[in-house]
Amino acid sequence: MNMNRKDFLRKIQELEFAVIELNLFLDTHPSHQQALADYNRLTQELMNAKIMYERQYGPLTNFGYAPSQYPWQWALTPWPWEDDYECKEDMACGYMKKS
Amino acid sequence: MWIYEKKLEYPVKVSSCNPILASLIIEQFGGADGELAAALRYLTQVWTMPIPQAKAILTDIGTEELAHWEIIGTMVYQLVKDLPESKIEGTPFAAHFANHGKSPYPHDASGVPFTATYFNAKGDPIADIYENMAAEQKARATYEHLINLSDDPGVTDALRFLREREIVHFQRFGETARLLQEYMDSKRFY
Repeated sequence: MNMNRKDFLRKIQELEFAVIELNLFLDTHPSHQQALADYNRLTQELMNAKIMYERQYGPLTNFGYAPSQYPWQWALTPWPWEDDYECKEDMACGYMKKS
Repeated sequence: MWIYEKKLEYPVKVSSCNPILASLIIEQFGGADGELAAALRYLTQVWTMPIPQAKAILTDIGTEELAHWEIIGTMVYQLVKDLPESKIEGTPFAAHFANHGKSPYPHDASGVPFTATYFNAKGDPIADIYENMAAEQKARATYEHLINLSDDPGVTDALRFLREREIVHFQRFGETARLLQEYMDSKRFY
């Protein structure tokens, strides 16, 4: 699997959205077995996707949730409000770059 | 304990520089029914909730609201970051720029700074959850106003996502209100 960063991130955002939605539902329906099965299945898929993503593009989370290559990738990789966060490999979407 | 994730909950791609729109959507960054008020409201109410479902839903929705606050801040910043100062002059964003430059700051669309008086923690679970249901509806209405005002397809797309989240949160709080009512009714039989 060798998706570009933007597509890979989108896939993670989709999976995590489904997990958030199921999480909130389970908070008020803790005995709902189908929702729990879906939550566990998608959580496993999300965890696997994050491990693959972090290997290629650096950590998504700090404080011991993901190891880092040298040098400290947490500080050096782009932040979510920066243009090149989603667009690192296809800069065509650098829609507001100064010309 | 909170963990930061280096991504947005929903992808944001503003279509162009737009200081007018930035000065409008900042309502949801620091306004009475905005995302910061929502996050602080729910995360502050959590201590006195009597049932586990209510503690969980307040923690989780409060945390999601912080992610929404980040989305609004990102859009405000991206709408103005490449603007020369000459293009800010004469726009509604100029008053914000005079104090904060291009940094987002929690105030509402008319410049009133954020205050904790926008929400309450009453120490009374029914009062708190009904405040939250009202807050979600007021935020939904604000998003509908902003969607009607927005002329940027990328911003409109993210606003539509955020509006839908208000509806889901309202639903979950409604279920929480019912669970709380059942809990309080059941206690009377002891």
